[in-house]
Amino acid sequence: MISIQNVHKSFGDLEVLKGVSLDVANGEVLSIIGGSGSGKSTLLYCINAIEAIHKGKIIVDDVDVHSKDTNKDKLRQKLGMVFQQWNSFPHLTVLENAALAPRIVKKMSKDEAIEIAKKELEHVGLGDKFDVYPTKMSGGQQQRLAIARALAMKPDYMLFDEVTSALDPELVGEVLDTLRLLADEGMTMICVTHEMGFARDVSDRVAYFHQGVIAEIGEAKQVITDPQNPLTQKFLSKVR
Amino acid sequence: MNSLFTPLSWNDTGFILTGVMNTVTISVLAIVLGTVLGLIVGFIRAESNKLVNMLFGGLLDVLRSVPLIIQLVLFSTFVGAAGIPLDPFVAGSIVLSLYTMAFMSEVFRSGFESVPVSMQTAARSLGMNHWQTIYHIRLPIGLRAVFPSWLGVALSVIKDSALVSVIGYMELLRTSEQLISRTQQPLEILIGVGIFYFIISYPLSSYGRYVERKMAI
Repeated sequence: MISIQNVHKSFGDLEVLKGVSLDVANGEVLSIIGGSGSGKSTLLYCINAIEAIHKGKIIVDDVDVHSKDTNKDKLRQKLGMVFQQWNSFPHLTVLENAALAPRIVKKMSKDEAIEIAKKELEHVGLGDKFDVYPTKMSGGQQQRLAIARALAMKPDYMLFDEVTSALDPELVGEVLDTLRLLADEGMTMICVTHEMGFARDVSDRVAYFHQGVIAEIGEAKQVITDPQNPLTQKFLSKVR
Repeated sequence: MNSLFTPLSWNDTGFILTGVMNTVTISVLAIVLGTVLGLIVGFIRAESNKLVNMLFGGLLDVLRSVPLIIQLVLFSTFVGAAGIPLDPFVAGSIVLSLYTMAFMSEVFRSGFESVPVSMQTAARSLGMNHWQTIYHIRLPIGLRAVFPSWLGVALSVIKDSALVSVIGYMELLRTSEQLISRTQQPLEILIGVGIFYFIISYPLSSYGRYVERKMAI
């Protein structure tokens, strides 16, 4: 379980998270929607300890993420993350991209790491691309590689930060299908997204972020189709 | 009539080859040392704050801006005057290596800085620690990006090594100067020396093209 308790976070004088509290249960899919600068991506970075927080607490499976004593490298092994920019490692083949972290972080043997990498690549539909260099692939394929690369670490949670925002429109579908697949398999996921259809159909709950606070949170269909907060209504009327 | 000069003959081959070998030796040494030191200094510069960078930057600027020939003469004169007579090979190697280091460090620094922060963040998010990220991501990607520049510096070091002749190291150019003064056949000898420099550099540049092709991914 991921428990976010009254989290505050500032960049200089700008407070981007102003007391966010939120629990994500195991097996749950939560989508976070909101305008740019609302703090939704920052929250993901804080959950993964890429960004520090200034107040509050984030607990992942009884581990205080931002405590000084927490081994953050170890913690990140259970928190897979995929970014807006896919960040493929250009000097490695697709297979090596996915096998690298299991091998050097989990100290697996080369064969073991390759086996897991192959399995996860097939999982996301890249079974025929093992020896290709990622720069030869489309954005959608590279983004699926990024997902497989994260899955190869066998994380308990997956954090998706606007993973379709940088893609050409015709490539969005294949990545969303992969996310849908993971959700169906019961992966616990937090997805920051601008895809309202995806948020409505795939997630259990949707949270609407507005200026660093959660303006509305609830069952997915309700928040997207029948928002209660006027701010949510205004946002949704603009993005549709 | 007996000439004052002895024309070039096959007996000079050994002498010329010594020059060739000495040029190769000092060039390889300077490229290797310059690369290793440049890698370290370039990495430190990419990683450190403004103050450290300014100190290093000042020193590197001096090494890069003062002509090599002046550095060679000043260095060997000063260490000689300070009572530490250095062999021309040693003095030349030190100066040429530091000079190479100054250029290499800037090459490597720009390589390290060319790796996007977001790529490093992605590596960290997979659980890699700071040094694993440097070793497996930043170093290989950064080095690939600057390989052509590295090659350019390495090739110019071979040619710059000719300047070490001014402090008395018997490399290819100095060998040829001595032959010229004995034979008075500058044209033939300089053409020959030019060909030798080409032969020394060519394997490196063609190896470089091969590596670049392999890395073009």
